[in-house]
Amino acid sequence: MHNATISSLSADLAAGKLSSVELTQHFLNRIRALSGRYNCFITVDEEASLKQARAADQLRSAGKAQPLTGIPIAQKDIFCAKGWLTTCGSKMLSNFVSPYDAHVVERLDAAGAVNIGKTNMDEFAMGSSSETSHYGPVRNPWDAQTVPGGSSGGSAAAVAARLAAGAIGTDTGGSIRQPAALSGICGLKPTYGVVSRYGMIAFASSLDQGGPMARSAGDLALLLNVMAGHDPRDSTSLEREREDYTRQLATPIKGLKIGLPKEFFATGAAPAVAKVVEAAVAEYRRLGCETVEVSLPNMKLSVPVYYVLAPAEASSNLARYDGVRYGYRAPDYSDLTDLYKKTRAQGFGDEVKRRILIGTYVLSHGYYDAYYIQAQKVRRLIARDFAAAFRRCDVIVGPTSPTTAFRLGAKIDDPVQMYLNDIYTIPANLAGLPGMSIPCGFDDQGLPVGLQIIGDYFSEAKMLGVAHQFQLATDWHQRMPPGVE
Amino acid sequence: MALTLDDVKRVAHLARVAIDEGQAQAALSQINDVFRLIAEMQAVDTRGVEPMSHAQDLVQRLRQDAVTEGDQHALFQSVAPHVEGDLYLVPKVIE
Repeated sequence: MHNATISSLSADLAAGKLSSVELTQHFLNRIRALSGRYNCFITVDEEASLKQARAADQLRSAGKAQPLTGIPIAQKDIFCAKGWLTTCGSKMLSNFVSPYDAHVVERLDAAGAVNIGKTNMDEFAMGSSSETSHYGPVRNPWDAQTVPGGSSGGSAAAVAARLAAGAIGTDTGGSIRQPAALSGICGLKPTYGVVSRYGMIAFASSLDQGGPMARSAGDLALLLNVMAGHDPRDSTSLEREREDYTRQLATPIKGLKIGLPKEFFATGAAPAVAKVVEAAVAEYRRLGCETVEVSLPNMKLSVPVYYVLAPAEASSNLARYDGVRYGYRAPDYSDLTDLYKKTRAQGFGDEVKRRILIGTYVLSHGYYDAYYIQAQKVRRLIARDFAAAFRRCDVIVGPTSPTTAFRLGAKIDDPVQMYLNDIYTIPANLAGLPGMSIPCGFDDQGLPVGLQIIGDYFSEAKMLGVAHQFQLATDWHQRMPPGVE
Repeated sequence: MALTLDDVKRVAHLARVAIDEGQAQAALSQINDVFRLIAEMQAVDTRGVEPMSHAQDLVQRLRQDAVTEGDQHALFQSVAPHVEGDLYLVPKVIE
């Protein structure tokens, strides 16, 4: 039953073939047996999960079940969950038991979903390999010597290893899509503002967006139906009519115009990745789609722009960790400034400190215009490129990541090499557009390749349909890593 | 433009992160690698382009100036490193 999709598990629960307690216990048994191999969970609380499962079964007997009622979902440890240790992968929050729920967690609870555990991640979501965690690196279920991608690598590995039916993650520069690609699963970053950021520990607030991770496009739609929605506690949460993200899954895609940005295909992608992505594009042509070349001329500036804006916002957001109101406090200090400095030096890891220093510098007196304002202007040029491209096509398709999973340790000492992993995913964050990744094949080493689909604002339902139609014609998303059966 | 060791130490102080000589040296070379990457966007002609601070054109929502939260200080202070008599304790700051 661990290999079933959320939709089929939901049907089995509804038909009484299975109880949530049985399903939850099954996943907990698998976590006990397998999660050590991948280090994908930071906290597992069997009793808390089973309590939610019992409540879900009662909800069902009372006739109040929804599609996610009783389904075990893993939560990235960036989401505050009341009563659960919520660390964000950092020593700074290693003792933080959240006193409140994130909006997304409230919504999952209200839908009767079961929290199966809090997943490992890059510290404060800063990383593309899930190696910067205070809790040790996550390993990729397809090859434990490689990384699962990041920063939502624990969620991706948990779903790939069939330790959860689905998961939630966050994406600031690719942190849902890139680990989904490297771990052979599906992930969606919605349009900025669709999912509330309340209780989602802040990294770069103008870019952060929560989203679902699962094994099929249909399952992403079910999760997004619950996660999306207005929340007055997030000032950037959009007030829109509720929509059913499953509504276009069955829509035929014949005649759909797929934009292929020449910059996504010209350079950068490893030959093995390019070959698999081109085969996926050919599959779309077989399904009756038209392809049209489009251009995103400023795309190459996305990484430099991102590494001004994201650290600037992070340096401001992470100023709150001062050792006074919650979290880690250094054991020895002489005065208040010393308390702050030692707490932050000891509580944050190297990558987080590096980004705080970069962010503080670009915001400091005399440099603000040259860096921060210039980056915001180039950000607009990138967003305009997308607007021009979407006048000529319905969706944009290309690789999610330039390579497949790389070996643990291969890039951790070279920040720039690590940052360039996100060259294809960052542009959608800067523009605020929805983007997703679905499995579309394997390289010669048997490692999964992700196909990225970027849509216009609020076109998640259409994109999910485009992905679902591909998944009806192919079985890449059903392949299972060796040894997780 | 490359940062100097003094820049790194100054910024670390502004960010309230303790840093020793060796750590500052190590941070310097990696940060300068990042700034070489950032330099690519500095050459772009952006005259007449409005800065984009946000993906959506939103105006700040206002709410009624009314109390909406109950008193939860005991809950919130339960996760604080050092509390006494409902107060967060820090080293003495006034002589």
